[in-house]
Amino acid sequence: MTVKQHLMGINGDEAVAYAAKHALVDVCAAYPITPQTIIVEKFAEFVANGEVETEFVRVESEHSALSACVGAAAAGARTFTASAANGIELMHEVIFLASSIRMPIIMAVADRAPSGPINIHGDSTVSLAQRDTGWIMIYCENSQEAYDATLQAFRIGEHPDVQLPVMTMLDGFVLTHTLENVYLLGEKDAHKFVGRREPMMIEIDGKPVPLKLDPKTPITIGPLQLFDYYMETKLQHSEAMERARPVITQINNEWAQLTGRKYGDGYLQPFKVKDADAVLVTTGSSAGTARYVARQLRAQGKKVGLLKVRTFRPFPYKKLAKILADVPVVGVFERTHITGSFGGPLFTEVRSALYEQNTRPAILGYYGGLGGRDVTPDDFEAMYKELLKVKTTGKAPRDLVKYVTVRK
Amino acid sequence: MTQEKSEWRPRLKDIADQEELFTSGQRLCAGCPAGTVARMAMHALPRPKNTIVSNATGCLEVASTIYPYSAWRVPWMHSLFENAPANASGIEAAYKARKRQGLEKDIPDLLVISGDGSGFDIGVQAASGAIERRHNFLYIIYDNQAYQNTGIQRSGATPKYAWTTTSQVGRAVPGKPTWKKPIALVYAAHDPAYCASASVSHWRDFMVKVRKGMEVDGPAVIHVLSPCHRNWRYPEELGMKMAKLAVETCFHPLWEYDGDTRTYTMSSPSMRYVKDPDKKKPVVEWLEPQGRFRHLFRPKRRDDWIQDFQRLVDEDWEFIQKLTNMG
Repeated sequence: MTVKQHLMGINGDEAVAYAAKHALVDVCAAYPITPQTIIVEKFAEFVANGEVETEFVRVESEHSALSACVGAAAAGARTFTASAANGIELMHEVIFLASSIRMPIIMAVADRAPSGPINIHGDSTVSLAQRDTGWIMIYCENSQEAYDATLQAFRIGEHPDVQLPVMTMLDGFVLTHTLENVYLLGEKDAHKFVGRREPMMIEIDGKPVPLKLDPKTPITIGPLQLFDYYMETKLQHSEAMERARPVITQINNEWAQLTGRKYGDGYLQPFKVKDADAVLVTTGSSAGTARYVARQLRAQGKKVGLLKVRTFRPFPYKKLAKILADVPVVGVFERTHITGSFGGPLFTEVRSALYEQNTRPAILGYYGGLGGRDVTPDDFEAMYKELLKVKTTGKAPRDLVKYVTVRK
Repeated sequence: MTQEKSEWRPRLKDIADQEELFTSGQRLCAGCPAGTVARMAMHALPRPKNTIVSNATGCLEVASTIYPYSAWRVPWMHSLFENAPANASGIEAAYKARKRQGLEKDIPDLLVISGDGSGFDIGVQAASGAIERRHNFLYIIYDNQAYQNTGIQRSGATPKYAWTTTSQVGRAVPGKPTWKKPIALVYAAHDPAYCASASVSHWRDFMVKVRKGMEVDGPAVIHVLSPCHRNWRYPEELGMKMAKLAVETCFHPLWEYDGDTRTYTMSSPSMRYVKDPDKKKPVVEWLEPQGRFRHLFRPKRRDDWIQDFQRLVDEDWEFIQKLTNMG
């Protein structure tokens, strides 16, 4: 039995703001940046109307936004922030720090292209550039998922086995600024789902002590660790990320029971992959368009499928390899631009995940939709047709990765 | 809003009886006054058992918390170089929000500590923002006039002519080409609840200021001069003397800013030189023992540079006297 939910016409940013409100966030520290601004504006409205108990810290930069969250989380608070593109780049130093000292901060990333040239529209280059910072990373397909994933993120990040920050990505403008029907939980049901944050317990001199800045139990957070201890701390971080794997699936299942909405196993959402001749792998709102095209092509008898990668960190390389191993041709579409590599972050992960398999598909990479360029159903149809042609001819194109949606 | 002004006067006997919250065993250089600053600050806390410290990257931080050891007996946090006031903003916000919800009983006092690298240069933005937001914290900037922790590079606190590894003394350039920032005035211009200039040599003045800064409701800043023998190149046992000379030459005047009355006041150690200008020592007495100013004296004494330095000191001193209505 799922709980009663409330349908609202809101955009992705507002959906995230409602999720933060429903999560009983203690501290929200944020700085405005398009296309994230509506999140903080909406949240400021909740604060102004006394609808939340949150302490809203209107900081002077993104660096301070995440730094304030780190301080707040270290003091035991449930914390939330949101940013985009240049803001994420400015706080990059703090992004590494937050995960390394195991602060389960939740951050919504309104994915936007990096400068320069300056551009405010959708693109995953910046968020994917955070892939090595030790955060859990979830890409949302639509505003509903943005709401759902944000609430899930608190449970995942604050889970006693995990204690890591989580970033949830929503595509700039396509999701952040577009009105959609979104089902929200009732406040009480949401509160019941997220609960309260409990600080991680650590051991000092054989005694359990909360990892929290608390005068009752004074501890030192953020000491200097050189060659003698640094690596062990990194290893613990890595182990926490591995322990997050089952937690992500567990929370996804719990959410499905509560709301009736399930996002695959929490990591991957395959669509008609089993007997497919060609499968496109992609993230975020592109998955919605690609699925629509795949459905149409299926109706025409073309055996195509889609694999949406929802959780990028921890990357589901085993699950992905299993799903794709017997597919003859795979295309990876990403709204990312990397120079000097043989493919974008999603492409290289997917390709690498398949290395251990006895059978490996032909893999083509596509860069497209950069800086908010529209990625239309026609574009996906063209990609699918190319993949099918590779299947028929057995010949892959000369370029491993190519640009689509680009001016000729 | 009128605030209770601290009448507290530190007594050595009382201090000797207090628990050390910044303990021995830390690994600052022998004779480094940064440890003295931290220890005195801890002894001046109005609520020592209910205070949280946010410490920026710097000598004090690296030397006092080498894992698995810590010299701090208070809850202490370090995250990065330029964000200690932002960290503190979050700590305060956390306790405020959770107290409102009945999850915490009290909001602890907050002390932020950084060196001049953070306080004068890379962390100014975070400090400025935190003061503007009126968080309740005291920010102590211990100023040793360069990036000593990374190996003596120039900072916004380095005075003109000083040798550092990035303001070398050569045939073309005699050390740092420009004067230091009047950082305490920069923060005072934010109209915090309290702001002061102090010196590690004048312990009573400094400790009373720390107490005031912790007790006022709102942001407070103390800029405290803390010599570094590794850069300044004086015998390591002379740290307090070098700090004292900086006050006696009026290179580093001691003053206070009161956010209630929006007035600047000269502190008593510097008042002496207002009342009796003849007692003000020439700055050459402070320069000569320091190896970083060696080129002002050897191989050839450069009176033109020494006089230029004296002029800069005098101009600052005049300005502070005017601000404190003493000029």
